[in-house]
Amino acid sequence: MVEWEEKHQLLIETAREFNAKEAKGFLEIMDRENRFPPELPLKLSQYGLLGLKFPEQYGGAEMDSLGAALVIEELAKVSPAIADFLVSIHASTGVILQFGTEEQKATYLPPVAEGKRIPAYALTESEAGSDLAGIRTRAIREGEGYRLTGSKLFITLGGVADFAVVLAITNPDAEKKHRGMSLLIVEGFQKGKEEDLMGLRGLAVSELSFQDLPVPGKNLVGKENEGFIHIMQSLDGGRIEVAALAVGLAQGALDEAIRYAKQRSQFGKPIASFQAIQFMIADMQTKIDAARQLTYYAARLRDAGKPHSREASEAKLFASDVAMECVTESLQIHGGYGYSKEYPIEHLFRDAKINQIFEGTNQIQRLVIARNLLEKT
Amino acid sequence: MREAPPGGKLPMKVAVCIKQVPGTTEVQVNPDTGTLMREGVEAIINPFDLYALEEGIRLKEKYGGAVTVLSMGPPQVESAIREAISYGADEGVMISDRSFAGSDTLATASTLAATLRILGPFDVILMGRQAIDGDTGQVGPETAEHLGIPHVTEVKMIEGIEGNRITLHRMLEHGYLRLRAPLPILLTVVKEINTPRPASFKGKLRARQVPIKILRAQDLELSPEIVGLSGSPTRVVRVFTPPRPTGGKVFTGEPKEAVENLLRTLEEAGIPLKCRNGS
Repeated sequence: MVEWEEKHQLLIETAREFNAKEAKGFLEIMDRENRFPPELPLKLSQYGLLGLKFPEQYGGAEMDSLGAALVIEELAKVSPAIADFLVSIHASTGVILQFGTEEQKATYLPPVAEGKRIPAYALTESEAGSDLAGIRTRAIREGEGYRLTGSKLFITLGGVADFAVVLAITNPDAEKKHRGMSLLIVEGFQKGKEEDLMGLRGLAVSELSFQDLPVPGKNLVGKENEGFIHIMQSLDGGRIEVAALAVGLAQGALDEAIRYAKQRSQFGKPIASFQAIQFMIADMQTKIDAARQLTYYAARLRDAGKPHSREASEAKLFASDVAMECVTESLQIHGGYGYSKEYPIEHLFRDAKINQIFEGTNQIQRLVIARNLLEKT
Repeated sequence: MREAPPGGKLPMKVAVCIKQVPGTTEVQVNPDTGTLMREGVEAIINPFDLYALEEGIRLKEKYGGAVTVLSMGPPQVESAIREAISYGADEGVMISDRSFAGSDTLATASTLAATLRILGPFDVILMGRQAIDGDTGQVGPETAEHLGIPHVTEVKMIEGIEGNRITLHRMLEHGYLRLRAPLPILLTVVKEINTPRPASFKGKLRARQVPIKILRAQDLELSPEIVGLSGSPTRVVRVFTPPRPTGGKVFTGEPKEAVENLLRTLEEAGIPLKCRNGS
């Protein structure tokens, strides 16, 4: 990529301004206090960074996947948690955007873009992580609508969400389990305890529960009993965004390492002058650039409407592994100081691990890649 | 003033005048001409004008209408105007002509007033309380006088607009003055009035694409003797950096002890310590 399109360039600049002026304050609250800052959505909206992918009429900028990835990468350099706020919102609104009715879009999307309402995406359950088809939450038909019963676990933004897109069993008798599930837009759910997580803190990751909760029929997203299929159709976009988050996080960790290595003196000179450090820095940047190109490539394929499932998984797998390597190396360069909360590498280190786990573990990504190759030939 | 429909609200036509100023206080003065040497210094929108702009955008959001940003200056002010559009202004007008060079506050106000008359009528004209380079605070009131409309300076709050009347809080040293005034009106604002929003991504995109209208001297139909240097009665005798006071002594320790030391030092310096009541 020799030169950015104007819209992409401006987007990067806008995210950098947000990082410079706003991110630190939010980061304190999120990481230290594990509290979601209520002003965050409005502030992101003022910068025009919320609902980027929505059509203009719903308050969006009709941004492509590459643009979304660039913003997420940029934000993740300083605050992976804020970047993940966008990833989460893109996931929940993404299925409404892709499969929802015009009425659903007009009702639910504009307030998200304005930072006035927060959506959550509720798929995972205690017994259904990688094996999503194992969910137990059920939505029983009742007249025009449904009655929803069950609970969801580890729901990002669950504790602060105004509505959630929930995956539930709508046909328990379906021959294949994944042919009997639907996506529903749900309001008025019970919020359980918020998780005290290792990293990406302050995103109100919570349990959600539903007890005979009525859901109007018009809140069905896409086709009844095809919810699982819809999710599979929209997974790739999320994987590209997690890859972008990991790339940004890795770059942020390297940037911190370079800054530290130039100012830290030992044996009478900056440690950046030692080859041992230089080699670590060179290896890190090389890997980050490779991860970045995989990510941009997957995003470009997606924007061009071409198959990109394998590439999205490759990007997610590689970038999250690179992020984990880079935070480890960067902390090593920081030495003992890196183990202190005084330096950003401390939280970047904790923020990195989850990228190998969520949005499909890296083991699942390998399965996707391998199956994609084996089925083709 | 345009007539509002019976019982109806009239969308606000808002003008915001902004000035491009050096983005630093470290500007050097040319010893020969007494003018500021702006070369190589980053230019920014006068910070007070950003509050005026934000207030204009808020009026638009509350009452409907549009915000026009005006700036007078050399061709570089286009970047200030485009930046203002990225914050949410609808259109930008650049007032630029070689013959405007050397304008003092009077000539600037004449030129701005002529522009506002041509583009208007506006319901509300907003400016910052002063520019951080010249620091005169005169252009706002002078422009209003040229236009023959009322003005209020140091506005810290716009309470609201009802029909033809605007209710304002004007900042005073110890409190504020709540007052009502007729539209159209020119207001200069203080930084207490709001918190300017950041430029949004879509705003930036728009700012790159929107055409900026350029007005020249001939478009304003102003006679040459009232613009630029010839229309400027102000003569700068000398501009200089006052010598920084040196020395000084800080009294530390317990307050009682510090005050005693201070008094003794003053006494030794021959400074009389008698208060008015003789104590």
